[in-house]
Amino acid sequence: MPQAAARVPVYRGRFGPEEAERLLWRAGFGPRRGEAEALARRGLNESVRALTAPGRQRFVGPRPRDEKGRPLAPRDAWGHDHLWWLDRMVRGNRPLLERMTLVWHDWFATSNEGVGSQGLMLRQNALFRRYWLGSFRQLTLAVTRDPAMLLWLSGTDNTKWSPNENYARELMELFTLGAGRGYTERDVREQARALTGFRNDWREGVGPTRFRFDRERHDLGPKRIFGRRGRFDWRDAVELCIKHPRHPSFFVSKLWGYFIPTAPPASTRRSLERLYVRNRYAVRPVVRAILKHPLLYDGPRMVKPPVVYTAGLLRASGRGIDTESWTWLCANAGQQLFYPPNVAGWNDDRWLDTATYLARWDIAGRVTRPAQLDPGKVQAPFDADKLLDRALGFWGDPPLSAGTRRVLRAYTDRALATANQNWKRRSYPALIENSLRHLIAVSPDLQTS
Amino acid sequence: MSRCCNEFSRSSLLRRAVAEAGSGLPVIEPGMPLPAGTGLDRRDLLLRSAGLALAVYGAGAFPLPGFEEGVLEAAEAAPAQPVLVSVFLDGGADSLSLLAPVADPDYRRLRPRLALPDSGLVFTEDPRLRWHPEAAAFRTLHLEGKLTVLPTVGYRDADQSHFTSRHYWEVGATNPGLRTGWLGRYLDRAGRPDNPLQGLSLDGELAPPLATSKSPVAALRGVEGYRFWAPGVWGEVETQMLGTLAPLGAARGSRDRALASLAGTAKQAQRLRHQLAPFNGAGLTSPVAYPKHRSSFPARLAGLAAMLGAGLPLRCVALRAYGMYDTHDDQVEPLAQGLKLSGESLLAFQRDLEARGVADRVLTLVWTEFGRRAEENGSRGTDHGAAGVAMLMGARARGQMVGELPLLRDALDRQGNLKASVDFRSVYTSLLEQWFDFDAAGAIPNAKAYGRLQLVK
Repeated sequence: MPQAAARVPVYRGRFGPEEAERLLWRAGFGPRRGEAEALARRGLNESVRALTAPGRQRFVGPRPRDEKGRPLAPRDAWGHDHLWWLDRMVRGNRPLLERMTLVWHDWFATSNEGVGSQGLMLRQNALFRRYWLGSFRQLTLAVTRDPAMLLWLSGTDNTKWSPNENYARELMELFTLGAGRGYTERDVREQARALTGFRNDWREGVGPTRFRFDRERHDLGPKRIFGRRGRFDWRDAVELCIKHPRHPSFFVSKLWGYFIPTAPPASTRRSLERLYVRNRYAVRPVVRAILKHPLLYDGPRMVKPPVVYTAGLLRASGRGIDTESWTWLCANAGQQLFYPPNVAGWNDDRWLDTATYLARWDIAGRVTRPAQLDPGKVQAPFDADKLLDRALGFWGDPPLSAGTRRVLRAYTDRALATANQNWKRRSYPALIENSLRHLIAVSPDLQTS
Repeated sequence: MSRCCNEFSRSSLLRRAVAEAGSGLPVIEPGMPLPAGTGLDRRDLLLRSAGLALAVYGAGAFPLPGFEEGVLEAAEAAPAQPVLVSVFLDGGADSLSLLAPVADPDYRRLRPRLALPDSGLVFTEDPRLRWHPEAAAFRTLHLEGKLTVLPTVGYRDADQSHFTSRHYWEVGATNPGLRTGWLGRYLDRAGRPDNPLQGLSLDGELAPPLATSKSPVAALRGVEGYRFWAPGVWGEVETQMLGTLAPLGAARGSRDRALASLAGTAKQAQRLRHQLAPFNGAGLTSPVAYPKHRSSFPARLAGLAAMLGAGLPLRCVALRAYGMYDTHDDQVEPLAQGLKLSGESLLAFQRDLEARGVADRVLTLVWTEFGRRAEENGSRGTDHGAAGVAMLMGARARGQMVGELPLLRDALDRQGNLKASVDFRSVYTSLLEQWFDFDAAGAIPNAKAYGRLQLVK
């Protein structure tokens, strides 16, 4: 390993099931039943290695289908793109692959609102998967000529006769350098010229097609970018951004933010920057270092993004995709896959408000609904502790903080106390068990990790 | 390239959400109380049958057991509070199309393909200008003296990034680090600690201008449907369960930002659930017709008018207008659609407020993060510019143009963008003082540096 890696601090504390669980949430979608314990036995190093270099893709659990039992049509049916990906998060055995794909989807946020083709969105998704922990330089090059991106940020409208600045600006502002960091309005205009030349055709019934680079449309003249002169083209445009002295700090800080909510200490950030540059812009070593960093384990908690929350509840309860509802439920919670709100992606600081809180409540209720206990058929124990334990079992016995347990226990006592007639004493415990499953899922312990 | 509009998928989602939420309730046995979703307890039933009659009697005169004390107190303490509605044209609307300088010799040179024909809809305060052919609703409001137009509003050295410029407008300062909105800071000083309805976002997510540091604010998608539904739970158990939201949200304390945000949100959600109980499923009716459209914008305005009519203690409200204004390519169609529906919806909203007798206390600010470049690009669109357009609608809007649009040969900066004749912070400080009777220094940094404008009559 390069020396710089050793200088990024590594977590040395206890790596038990709780730490393994947090790792599985941050680098994936939480544990299936028993998974946290199994990972804890492997230790931190081996766990991170397994996540970043997983075995062959396997899917565990029932195949995805819609309400009527039909297979999904991710390229065609509205919302099935979301379900298709959610299913991979739920059933896949390479959680970090899905999580990194989600990172790139957010980083190079492209919305089907502007693309208008689920097929092209899925093609972009395949690109994100291909480069998941690979070279960020190659990823950015590939994204620059990705059809969905070319449509989304006006790349195929950008010609030498009439430059369009849309992609040039976001390439620097959002993808590689950060707003106002080391470029001028003139650089935006010159980058736009360098990026000219992409085009596509339109075919009736097919839509946009035959994406390609056309020299005729490319501005071959000299440009001046970041103070350098040259007859730059789209490859140069990307290279100039990646090799820009302010790119590594942007890259490291942004990537870090997906895993750890507080900014990296300056020394850690510098070490990660060196690690990144020394490995020629490879993502894997940086992600490994972040996943081993002490702040991931003893730092503050994060609110789970809505799809992570949803996929996690489905994994924990052992349920697969068997309804189309997850699309609109996640959209209500603020995250419909393939439809980020804008080119800056989702705002990780703003997952929770009164509207999305209700949507998350609905998601939790929807996960529990098919298994709800019918008080006419099931006799649940008239015993607060037993009810709470049974409800926890529904979610694979996740660890519960003392504070949350206290609130739930007090609630259970109050609810049992309302059973002042015989029929209530018979039926309320089942209702309470239903409600406890729901409440556990919206507790701070499961909404954050 | 077809751009499917943003509101479409969202509103179709919501329709389905409603359709799903009522299904699958447990079987009712004799003697059992009705399960949630189908049954109403007596209190709700009373309120619901009262429903929108509240508009007639006013919140203070009607017994409102469903409202929490804070909201009731807020409504009673100041029954006719002024309300400011912020409507955002997302993406940077092209002001030179909304008010086209058709008589300007440079207009056609800069816009060889996009220049609008003479619509005949003269902008009476500057006869060089014509309203966009689809902006007749705005013209109607203007002719009635209920629309103030600010044709070139912005700030010096305008940032051409959507996010940065929008952020500046949202926080009321050219400060990328500021984390609270300009209206949020107003609510922090002048709001109540117990009334989240005072800052209401209607797009389903917190609107950044309303971001506060301490006062509670709320976000919801419409006035209907703020209902917590729990499968397999009903009656007394459900009442107990829903009463647990706030303590459960705070069960791990609020040391981390994440935990604090969950605790705060859960508490506000529980409160809001009580406040909006009268509107749950009441089926709102409006005294005027709103445009029929798949977009949720007109419906949200209709709901908002009903809430204002019912005397709910709102102060600052924020939502996005219909339309996608980031028109880099083929801008003619989307811009026309956006301006038409947004204008007609706002006109209906104004009429609704008038019919409900509350028009005197509602002012609506329509704004966008920047204008677009005077010269069109090669994709039959326009790129990001500098100064943009803003409008102020209301019975008490002064109704006279503020600022100016000079001849284009004098109006453009070195990059070919419109220069601002009015600073947006002048608008904010003037509104805070004239509309809310609030010292602008409490919400806008360096407030005294900005000249005041007469905006309210």
